[in-house]
Amino acid sequence: MGEPVIQVENLFKSYGAVEALRGVSFAVEQGEVFGLLGPNGAGKTSTVEILEGLRTPDRGVARVCGLDPEKSGERFKEKIGAVLQSTSLPDKLRVKEALELFARFYHRRADTDKLLKRFQLDEKRNAFYSHLSGGQKQRLALAMALVNDPEVVFLDEPTAGLDPQVRREIYDIIEELKREKKTVLLTTHYIEEAERLCDRVAIVDQGRVIALGTPRELKRSSAGKTRIEVRLARPLTNGMLAGLEGVSDCREFDGTYVLHSARPPQTIVALVKQLEAEGNELQSLEMFSPSLEDVFIELTGRRLRE
Amino acid sequence: MGGTWTLTKMRVRLAMRNRAFFFFSLVMPLIFLFGAVTFLGRGRKEWVGYILGAILTTTVMGSFWGLSVQLVTFREQGILRRFRLAPLGAGPMLASSILSNYFLVIPVVVFEILVCRWAFHMQSWGNLWAIFLLVTVGSATFSALGLIVASVTNTMQETQMINNLIWMGFLFLSGATIPLAIFPAWLQRVALFIPAQYLATGLESSAAKMATGYEVLEDVAALLLGLFVAFEVSRQLFRWEPEAKVPRNAKLWVLAALVPFLIFGAWESTTGNRLNRIQQNFQTLRGRAMSMPMPPAH
Repeated sequence: MGEPVIQVENLFKSYGAVEALRGVSFAVEQGEVFGLLGPNGAGKTSTVEILEGLRTPDRGVARVCGLDPEKSGERFKEKIGAVLQSTSLPDKLRVKEALELFARFYHRRADTDKLLKRFQLDEKRNAFYSHLSGGQKQRLALAMALVNDPEVVFLDEPTAGLDPQVRREIYDIIEELKREKKTVLLTTHYIEEAERLCDRVAIVDQGRVIALGTPRELKRSSAGKTRIEVRLARPLTNGMLAGLEGVSDCREFDGTYVLHSARPPQTIVALVKQLEAEGNELQSLEMFSPSLEDVFIELTGRRLRE
Repeated sequence: MGGTWTLTKMRVRLAMRNRAFFFFSLVMPLIFLFGAVTFLGRGRKEWVGYILGAILTTTVMGSFWGLSVQLVTFREQGILRRFRLAPLGAGPMLASSILSNYFLVIPVVVFEILVCRWAFHMQSWGNLWAIFLLVTVGSATFSALGLIVASVTNTMQETQMINNLIWMGFLFLSGATIPLAIFPAWLQRVALFIPAQYLATGLESSAAKMATGYEVLEDVAALLLGLFVAFEVSRQLFRWEPEAKVPRNAKLWVLAALVPFLIFGAWESTTGNRLNRIQQNFQTLRGRAMSMPMPPAH
């Protein structure tokens, strides 16, 4: 295996008193879709923006294609494409114009007509940016990230705020990038996104990478436990649920009890019996196969969306 | 250079799609022109050249307003940070602002000259070469000054407030609205340090007195030097990100942008040549007015 395409070593970044990054390290190989998964404020965007050359780290090393993003200037920018978390275009710029405009800045250019078709924007080619829906704007942002046929693509929360249908469309596009063997760094706080799209995932929390591996490896690290979420008629105070058969841990989030169990059937039978004995009632019960959410809960004691 | 030209074309295209641009860049100067010729010039065609000089000055100075507002809007909306990802530096971004503004100002200037000549029967075309030179350099200089304002302000409100203050100074101390010659001597000396005064004096001389390019060379030189310094200062202070802080040494950079005009002002104040020229321009205007009968009242 050659030198990683993206290399991050011990990255630190503070904004005033807030420490956004506290020693982030990871490496991304050629052709890999790598995910940074974490809640808002975990440090994902700071990391990506340092790698895009938009921010300066306080300490640490960031290299993309062997180049320092901050100091390599145009040579570096020719190699990358990016979808920023917060960005915009002039309202009165047409879709086709936006693509052609950005394409002209680069030496290596993709065919903008093909991009329009690929991102289902052909019918909107003459529409003003202000007239596009959220999903269309995001598809345009993705198309613009590819106008220079980049070696590395950074996608900072590309599906945030989009409805499920549009989100799935974006997933298809990212999967296409994966098939094309583009190196992609994706940040997200959607579990399903990381699980479906990423070859490897770094779980980030409070400026640190707290777990790193393939989604399968990470889920295996949670010992294949099933997550059981229950809501009860009356709240519990005595920690009864943690003592149920098969339960390895139990936490409460906004009135929902989240249990992890290695033997779900036995746990559920025990739960029902216990509740009957206490005169309490089960309002809802949901079971989930192990996910990255469980890994995050195990490692931090919090849910991703908290 | 390719990036600058690409951005310039985009900016021109965007401006042409903006109704506010048409109002502020074309309709408003024409309203001023009609108002000035009708009420100040009282329909006397001898004054039209002088009024044209003043109107051209405000048109060219308007570059200052539009660009600062546009740049701050682009920064606030996160548009600039998208451009930052492309292989573009601050230089092409700023240069394209100045160039596009120039291409948008030129048709307005031509239109104003044509209106003065054909609708208001201006006695001569003025020295078109000198006018072209001053409009070209002036538009770039005031654009660059506007870009500095955009770089040192954080919000649109701040930009509007500072623009208003500077605009008032430019408008009333340049001679474009009130002839400098009627001001007290000390205020005339203060005006020597105002960038807009060089543009107004030059344009009034070339439009009303047929001053040649050589005769307005001092005005052009002051504006040109101002342009180089202001452009470099705006490049140094340029911020792509909405949350990027104004550099600590920004005040020093802003002062540096004024250095050319401080030098020219001090020089002119010592020699007194410019003050004499301003007086002569005004006396010529008054002389013309005195020698001509007032149009009959209807």
